Amino acid sequence: MDPRRGPLAVPKVRRVGFFTSIEPSPETPRPNRSLSGPAEAITSSSPLSDSPSGQFISPVQIPPSRHHSDNLASRAAPVPVPGPSAFRRQLANDRTLHVGSYNPVDSLLGTSPPSSNGEVSEDSGSLFGFQRSDSAKLSASFPNGGFDMTVAVRAPGESEAKVATASTSDGRKKNVEASGESESVATKPRKEKETRSLKEKTSKAERRAIQEAQRAAKAAAKGEGSKRAGESSRPKPSKPAKQPQPKKEAPQVTSSVSEKRAVSVEKERRMDVPQTQMQYDDKSRVDKAKRRSVVEQTESKNKVELFLHLPQYERGNQLPNLSSNIFTLDTIHHAVYKVGLQHLAGDIAGDNARCIAMLHAFQEAINDYTTPPMKDLTMDLTAKINGYVSFLIECRPLSMSMGNAIRFLKNQIRKLPVDLSEPEAKASLCSEIGRFIDEKILLADKVIVQHAVTKIRDGEVLLTYGFSCVVEMILLYAHEIGRKFRVVIVDSRPNLEGQKLLRRLVTRGLDCTYTHINAVSYIMGEVTRVFLGASSIFSNGTLYSKVGTACVAMVANAFSVPVIVCCEAYKFHERVLLDSICSNELGDPDAIANVPLRNNKKHSKTMDNNKNLQFLNLMYDSTPAEYISMIVTDYGMIPPTSIPVIVREYRREDLLL
Amino acid sequence: MISERLYTFADFVCKTLFEPLINLIDDKKKKKPLFLSPSNSEMDFQVVILAGGFSSNLAPLVSKEVPKALLPVANRPVLSYVLDLLESSNLKDLIVVVEGEDAALTVGGWISSACVDRLHVEVAAVAENVGTAGALKAIAHHLTAKDILIVSGDIVSDISPGAVAATHTRHDAAVTAMLCAEPVSGPAESGGAGGKDKIKKPACYDIIGLDSSKQFLLYIATGVEVKRDTRLKKSILCAAGKMEIRSDLVDSHIYAFKRSVLQEVLEQKPTFRCLKQDVLPYLVRTQLRSDVFSDEKAVEENGSGHGKNNMQNNDGVSSQILSNAFLPSFHKVYESGLDIRKTHKCCVYIADESKYCVRLNSIQAFMDVNRDVIGDANHLSGYSFSAHHNIVHPSAELGSKTTVGPHCMLGEGSQVGDKCNVKRSVIGRHCRIGSNVKVVNSVVMDHATIGDGCSIQGSVICSNAQLQERVALRDCQVEAGYVVFAGGEHKGETFARK
Repeated sequence: MDPRRGPLAVPKVRRVGFFTSIEPSPETPRPNRSLSGPAEAITSSSPLSDSPSGQFISPVQIPPSRHHSDNLASRAAPVPVPGPSAFRRQLANDRTLHVGSYNPVDSLLGTSPPSSNGEVSEDSGSLFGFQRSDSAKLSASFPNGGFDMTVAVRAPGESEAKVATASTSDGRKKNVEASGESESVATKPRKEKETRSLKEKTSKAERRAIQEAQRAAKAAAKGEGSKRAGESSRPKPSKPAKQPQPKKEAPQVTSSVSEKRAVSVEKERRMDVPQTQMQYDDKSRVDKAKRRSVVEQTESKNKVELFLHLPQYERGNQLPNLSSNIFTLDTIHHAVYKVGLQHLAGDIAGDNARCIAMLHAFQEAINDYTTPPMKDLTMDLTAKINGYVSFLIECRPLSMSMGNAIRFLKNQIRKLPVDLSEPEAKASLCSEIGRFIDEKILLADKVIVQHAVTKIRDGEVLLTYGFSCVVEMILLYAHEIGRKFRVVIVDSRPNLEGQKLLRRLVTRGLDCTYTHINAVSYIMGEVTRVFLGASSIFSNGTLYSKVGTACVAMVANAFSVPVIVCCEAYKFHERVLLDSICSNELGDPDAIANVPLRNNKKHSKTMDNNKNLQFLNLMYDSTPAEYISMIVTDYGMIPPTSIPVIVREYRREDLLL
Repeated sequence: MISERLYTFADFVCKTLFEPLINLIDDKKKKKPLFLSPSNSEMDFQVVILAGGFSSNLAPLVSKEVPKALLPVANRPVLSYVLDLLESSNLKDLIVVVEGEDAALTVGGWISSACVDRLHVEVAAVAENVGTAGALKAIAHHLTAKDILIVSGDIVSDISPGAVAATHTRHDAAVTAMLCAEPVSGPAESGGAGGKDKIKKPACYDIIGLDSSKQFLLYIATGVEVKRDTRLKKSILCAAGKMEIRSDLVDSHIYAFKRSVLQEVLEQKPTFRCLKQDVLPYLVRTQLRSDVFSDEKAVEENGSGHGKNNMQNNDGVSSQILSNAFLPSFHKVYESGLDIRKTHKCCVYIADESKYCVRLNSIQAFMDVNRDVIGDANHLSGYSFSAHHNIVHPSAELGSKTTVGPHCMLGEGSQVGDKCNVKRSVIGRHCRIGSNVKVVNSVVMDHATIGDGCSIQGSVICSNAQLQERVALRDCQVEAGYVVFAGGEHKGETFARK
């Protein structure tokens, strides 16, 4: 079509390059897959089985048809029968008929045909195009197709192995054990799945089964690596292990000072716990919190039932209330206050930025801190920080990364030697915070950029969703070192963060396409790689990120486009997340009700008072690990199954150093 | 007590003969901690109240004894409303700047008697007719905090100054101005108010240009300029994309300035006299080509993205991340579009329409404020109203068949004769009003004497003035101590000794 799409034919052919790029020798795995995999079986079995494969590629290949630009005319004639949408519907029908036995094949086929047909590209593509029209009918009329269960059964195992080999050859020794372990875990539920309907790959029960198995594995691993396991400060899984520990400590130490210290440590630990997990449907606790609260909040009238456990407040008068109190809040340091105000007003977005802003504010607050007479610096400062944190939570719920940073800071305070003078202690804390920002965020970003850039090759089309500063850095750096690629920015209402990214990329001279998430299934066809940012990644590999990310990842998965998540390791969280309901944040409901540039004041007014109407503006969603191909982090490129390893091996040391 | 203070005052003047600033209340020991920046955990704001001097706009009302700041509004000096407002926001370290030494002395005397126990107030006297900008320049060396909150001393308002400060802090702005809806002026007599409003509507407006988010000030022209051509900066208009021009807002003279910016401007432009007419428009005009940030200051505020090379690389990156994360204001966009140009932000805080905010800067405004404080905005007065919506001090004496209507106030010790009628008026302390007197929509200050059979409408009778019998006044002002002779009928006149 247009000239810039010309060179893109190349990466299209090498779609599986995702795996080859990771592996040192790209030749070995490819034939391996095409020979042993069901793809081979299918292509050899019958023309019938060919047809669904054609079908499955079809959504990939239909939209821009850049491959066939030369024989477009010839193609146009036979294809008219099904439009892409009609096609999908038919496809869905098929699936229900076939008890989803396509599905694993689908996932494989999506990747395999380009690998096997790669060299033939144009002709074969058009061949598929011709066949497609009747293939749908055919497959409909032969419900059992050419598939038997065994093929389907083998398929996922195969793909799993592939991922595992890919990751092992990645060069990280730790990953070997991790992926090995996780593989054994992950294949188990897979087998269960086969017996059940394979169609619903992502059904909740199954995911839970997987995650439970993983958790069990993790617990086992924890049992092995025993000593440290107890020190995780998250409540549920580690509580029994946690409590005995400080008790053990207490008798050992004899001096009264350190005894007091131990008590305070325990106390602080207890204080640590409720931070992110306040249940807002628990009346008594909410009331208690309200009495302490600084920001005046009125609960919203039309609460969303399912999310009662999350804070739901009227947005309108929070900001004026808080800002008129600016001079009366003596307890809050002005730097912290400013950050809180910016969070509340939504001026500052993005996890890294929020975290950095908060840490800078804490730095300033600590600098200005003086211990009141007759008080201990450790305890008093911790109490102060707790006050700041609860203020920030009132302004906007903390992100996971901020929680981690706060935990780091509290640990640092706790570990201050008793004999340190106040200025020394303050200086050391400030430098520790600075080090955290430098090492865990800024340097980590640099490392991630270096890693991720190796995954960008000339002629690729990269898709990103929303705005992530790491992804922006990657794209800019790749452009700087002369890679030729195109960027698709997918955005969504109401914040339209992608526009910021778009503006900056375009001014730097990158070739960009901007679209909204509604069109993601269309645009995904021409994409060769998806880069996503993250708010957090949990131990079971679940990606917790801006709402819509899961949708993008799943569409990418359906189109067999590799999904690469870029996330600094300080954002990893040792909790396990199964859905996006338990832990989430609700944004301003008005933001989705009001459409900019449209005068709908009257409209929304009538809507406001409607009891039957609730606006739900979710901020985050969770993407199951199976939709993530790779996570680029500062410890290297890892599969999502390796998150617990990082948390266990690296983070603990950082936290309790 | 006053003579004693006079003595110390004179002593002080001798010592610092050429220094325009005089500290009246606090001796030197007390002064030191006050002028240091406030304690660390509090917001880094210093508050300056510009109390003015003997304003010529309020000609017959102000006098040597009563400078503008002490004009009574519902029998309290107008300055007390500002002080109360600030005190309610927990702002207790204040600097009151008064034009003229006599006025400073009087104001200082009042402040020390009224609220020395609650507030730390510095009273500074500057030369007369230096304007607001000149006054700030004169006290510039006392400003140490990062941000300065400047409040006009003649505001009667219930808008929290904290809101302005918060907006200022949030945007890291160079200047933040507070705008409020234009006050309704003219006597609000029931029914016939509409026609009169039309006549008395002020001829000049503030023309204010806002960006689409209504957070940034793109253009401001105050009343005086409007008759001439007004010019817009094309670059600002291009950068902002869209501008909303409004004339229904007025600048209410509460500003938050970044201290460095304010001092830089005052230094660079010695001709500037007025904050509202010179400094603010200048800052708004130059917001996209800012001269007010010298390089070192840009480094100082690295958070806002004016990154410099001499900064550490990591700091640059982190500030980059931070500035990227903010919603891009048009300043940022403009900055990134061209080569490194420095910008500063001029923000506005638009007060809610339900809030009350009026400046006492004309006789009409004086009447309006008095009317509102005991009428519509009676929560400001701090008095408790009776069931009849009026305040009659228990020591006031009313004659038989005298009626005091709603929205009235009668100060302590006042005497009102028989068959009088008081409507929507404020009557001060120890006034003596004869019988058969009608007082409507008027302000009678302390110790005034009104003879029998007078009729007073829409007028101001200053303290110690004397009205002899059967005087009819309509829309008149009577200077303090003036004697209006019996039997006259006057309309729209000003009685003052030449």
